[in-house]
Amino acid sequence: MLMNLIHFVISIWVPLVCALIIVAVLPLVAGYIVLMERKVMADMQARLGPMRVGPHGLLQPIADALKLLIKEDIIPDEADKMIFWFAPLISVTAAMLAMSALAIGPWFQIADLNVGLLFIVGISALGIFGIVLGGWSSNSHYSLLGALRSAAQLVSYETAAGMAIVGGLLLAGTLSTREIIQAQNDYGTWFAFAAPVGFFVYIVASIAETNRAPFDLPEAESELVAGYMTEYSGFRWALYFLAEYTNMVVVASIATTLFLGGWLRPFAGTPAFNFLDGLPSVLMLGVGGYCFYRAPKQPVKVQKLFMVAVGLLMILAAIILAVPLIPAVGTMLPGLKPGLHGAFWFLLKVGLYIYLFMWLRFTFPRYRFDQLMRLGWQFLIPLSIVNVMGIGVALVLHRHWGWSHWTAFPLTTVLTLLVAGLLGWESEKKDKEHVFVGDA
Amino acid sequence: MLDQIVFYFFAALAVVSAILVVTRRNVVQSAIFLITALLATAGIFLQLHAEFLFIVQVILYAGGIMVLFVFVIMLINMDVSLHQLQFNRQWWLGLLLALVVGAELTIAIAIGRSHTAFGEPAPASALEPSTQLVGKVLFNEYMLPFEIASILLLVAMIGAVVMAKKKI
Amino acid sequence: MISTSQYLWLGMVLFTIGAIGVVTRRNVIIILMSIELILNAVNINLVAFSRLFGDVSGQVFAIFIITDAAAEAAIGLGIIIAFFRNRETVLADEMDLLKW
Repeated sequence: MLMNLIHFVISIWVPLVCALIIVAVLPLVAGYIVLMERKVMADMQARLGPMRVGPHGLLQPIADALKLLIKEDIIPDEADKMIFWFAPLISVTAAMLAMSALAIGPWFQIADLNVGLLFIVGISALGIFGIVLGGWSSNSHYSLLGALRSAAQLVSYETAAGMAIVGGLLLAGTLSTREIIQAQNDYGTWFAFAAPVGFFVYIVASIAETNRAPFDLPEAESELVAGYMTEYSGFRWALYFLAEYTNMVVVASIATTLFLGGWLRPFAGTPAFNFLDGLPSVLMLGVGGYCFYRAPKQPVKVQKLFMVAVGLLMILAAIILAVPLIPAVGTMLPGLKPGLHGAFWFLLKVGLYIYLFMWLRFTFPRYRFDQLMRLGWQFLIPLSIVNVMGIGVALVLHRHWGWSHWTAFPLTTVLTLLVAGLLGWESEKKDKEHVFVGDA
Repeated sequence: MLDQIVFYFFAALAVVSAILVVTRRNVVQSAIFLITALLATAGIFLQLHAEFLFIVQVILYAGGIMVLFVFVIMLINMDVSLHQLQFNRQWWLGLLLALVVGAELTIAIAIGRSHTAFGEPAPASALEPSTQLVGKVLFNEYMLPFEIASILLLVAMIGAVVMAKKKI
Repeated sequence: MISTSQYLWLGMVLFTIGAIGVVTRRNVIIILMSIELILNAVNINLVAFSRLFGDVSGQVFAIFIITDAAAEAAIGLGIIIAFFRNRETVLADEMDLLKW
């Protein structure tokens, strides 16, 4: 029986290694996304952001993690201890489990489930429990209110996000993440261009799903202290934070897989654009060159050395990415190019999506809670339902009546926007007399 | 061998969670154990190669219905009920009757097992993905129940909103 | 290979535990949760037989049962909230307005 077990473990070594990499690397990645957010916030506010810990603040996440680990662990007196201990774990487990059905490159996937995309959506929905139970077990008014508001927001926008995903799935014809990307390859363009309304609805719904601004009322500092996270300190708070940023990565990965072509490079099907294969190496060379350019201007010698080291790392990455392009290597190891370049394109798209999140956070003011719920139920859900109908019409036109998809899909996008505009106009007309929301 | 271990793991998790649901004093703990029981059931579905049902169970039951339960438990302040009797006055009769029903089912399964041949199920590789199969059958043969189910959900939504209003 | 009867035993045990919960507990919310357990036991049975006979109708019926359970839970909880607002209790023993 032990031999059976050992054989089994050896046969699943690829998913096991992928899982270990995700569990080990994801907290670090989440920490660096926090640093990226602070730097982007600083850039948009015309200042510099963290600069002290490490060159350009690159060691800031490590300092933050150390601080959180050695902080005092406070548990409120009347709190329900078992649930208080358990709630952050639910959030983190749900967020990390959702990463398991994602295909980061053609090589890097833990499990290619038949129902992969729906699995990710469903497991992210389980994260709501972490929030609600955390807020309730803290035995504090602010926590409970924040938790209930956050859960209500998540449930509302989950419906809209699900319908937007259905719009994309109609085009793909399958729920498995690997086959969705293959379908985009066969289709010609990314599904974001075939179903732009669905993509827009998904962007807005995913911002609300992760409690990001402008939908971050449940955890805004000026409104509810910190919502459901108020009574958590030290490592437990770090777990909630980790769960939130992992959720951002998951949601960005879903959008990348379904709407932005996953690991395909831009214009994957057309051989005329093969020069874009060199783009990853060029980008890495550019970043490395910038590091070398900034290295002499560092004030301290250690920071100079660090910048030179980072620059050399980028050059190394550029060389690794350029290796599969040599024809000899390409014929010997044909799996190397899709693997490496696929992972690069996927991570680049996820990074750009997260940059979009941050851009929106620092541009728009916060929505009030009733405006938030109204937006979710009365704007996004009708829009996504009309979108599903529109894509259905486009598919019928394309498959049964033989229209080319360059005519069918833009036409139905325009029709969807018209219908949605009419719906919105009608509800706006009614709302002119409706001044206070509390009169329901 | 491995699937026996997985089955017994999920089955034990489901049974232990179910017992804890029925015997806990604190209603929130009962709800949490019901969530684990539902997830264990979802695992059983996955082992039966019913992938669509697995994900429907996770999304709807564990992620929808149980969120509703937990919301209601939090809106209703039940600290008072923590200190009252948990089981009603005729608990012994109820227990006896439920065990009688259980015994009936046991006899039914035992007799049925020896009479009907529980043959080998179809090999897993011969099945289409469960989502496609369920979709085809659901929208062709069971279209009428599907539409009735959607009307039922509409009625339930209206009913729930009316029930929970302060002034009708 | 797991025989179908093992799934049936599991369904039976869950059904019995749910039945005990329904007839024994006082708190109405826990009674509702036990009803959900019973419905899950029935679902396990259905899907086990669907796998045995290769017929997917069992899974379709299980989906309808889940839909039904959602509707029933929503209305049941609505009723409980309405009753709690009036009588401040969720114990089944104390919901005796119709008693003589």
